[in-house]
Amino acid sequence: MISIIDYGMGNLRSVQKGFEKVGHEAVVTSDPARVAASEKVVLPGVGAFEDAMAELRQRELLEPVLEAIRADKPFLGICLGLQLLFDVGYEHGEHQGFGVLPGEVVRFELPSEYSVPHMGWNQLQIVHRPPILEGIEDGTHFYFVHSYYVAPKDDAVVATTTDYGGDFCSMIWRGNLFATQFHPEKSQADGLKILKNFAELPEAMEPTVAKMLGEK
Amino acid sequence: MPCLDMQNGRVVKGVHFIDIRDAGDPVECAQAYCKAGADELALLDITATVEGRGTMLDVVKRVAEATTVPFTVGGGISDVASAAAVLAAGADKISTSSAAFRQPEVITEMVKEFGPEKVTVAIDVDQNQAMPSGYEVYIDGGRTATGADAVEWAKKVDSFGVPVILPTSKAGDGAKTGYDLPVIRAMKDATAAQIVASGGAGKLEHFYEAVEAGATVLLAASVFHFQMIDIPELKDYLRGRGLDLL
Repeated sequence: MISIIDYGMGNLRSVQKGFEKVGHEAVVTSDPARVAASEKVVLPGVGAFEDAMAELRQRELLEPVLEAIRADKPFLGICLGLQLLFDVGYEHGEHQGFGVLPGEVVRFELPSEYSVPHMGWNQLQIVHRPPILEGIEDGTHFYFVHSYYVAPKDDAVVATTTDYGGDFCSMIWRGNLFATQFHPEKSQADGLKILKNFAELPEAMEPTVAKMLGEK
Repeated sequence: MPCLDMQNGRVVKGVHFIDIRDAGDPVECAQAYCKAGADELALLDITATVEGRGTMLDVVKRVAEATTVPFTVGGGISDVASAAAVLAAGADKISTSSAAFRQPEVITEMVKEFGPEKVTVAIDVDQNQAMPSGYEVYIDGGRTATGADAVEWAKKVDSFGVPVILPTSKAGDGAKTGYDLPVIRAMKDATAAQIVASGGAGKLEHFYEAVEAGATVLLAASVFHFQMIDIPELKDYLRGRGLDLL
């Protein structure tokens, strides 16, 4: 079962519907036990970093999320669900994230010809191709809406970059942990392809992937 | 960005904001446009403001189920509560026009409540040489002239942190004579917002001209609904003219 974690940050129906369109069921849930029992976990979310952590804490979802990642369950963060994985976010002050990945979440500081939020379709440059990008060509466009981006300390987790007044990390990958800054559920057929790939990942990591990671 | 103008649960299309023609079922239209490669959709309840009704939430819900791209809903969104209902029904963004003009604090409240990325401000405009920019703001679906300068209003909207401004040319609406390029250019130069070109698209060249004038999103209705231009054809054309597209 795929659980989409509902913590009051954004409309999750579009993510659930995305999975349905590619033939996979997913449940939207805020029940910690249900999250703990699922094989795959999706952490979506739009909104402010601080509010998101508070909402997760209030619903007692922090531990199930961390536990899913520690157990190496296939995990997909989307947008804010990517940003929360990092140590610290600087949206409205300084706030602790999950700290699963070392690094920060910082605001775009760009010349005035670039509007912030970065909103619209933009391309991925694939740095390390994760299994969920299978069938996706380098340079494919996806839909973005964000004012902050992640700056990982460890370059090895950067799966893709995107150019908006300079390259930023638009997707991370480490083992069974995947997270996108863009919205696959709003990105037409290519976005749905990513959801399909995720839904069809084996539950345990393939030895070849583990080996590739070991070599990095 | 195909725009579905809605009236009584049907997609319709007017000329100069009136003279309405039926153009189909909204869910079928939305699905067809997603399939054809639309990058975004807009759903506008054209009579909501005039008749004082709320936007048709069930249509929003059904269209949300059918789409795989972001979609913006406008028409009859007058306050935070009505915007919240539309977003809860599955819209990605809301667009406000008359209410925002009458009570600009509505914009500030929406930006604070939902985040700037959820808010688009639509500005209906028409030429008026008495205005400093040559363009006047219209409200109530283009029926009421406000006496306010359109570019000045766009600057104010921008100052509230609204990232997308959608000027629709009253003269251009449904007329297929081309987007109103000077107003796109003036708003682009005067603000940090993305400008959506709207009103007047009739030929492939019109879309290219709007990009040259500074628009980053190209909205059209008639040419798409009545199959005069299809989206893959438009994208091929724009790519052929050297634009970087999806």
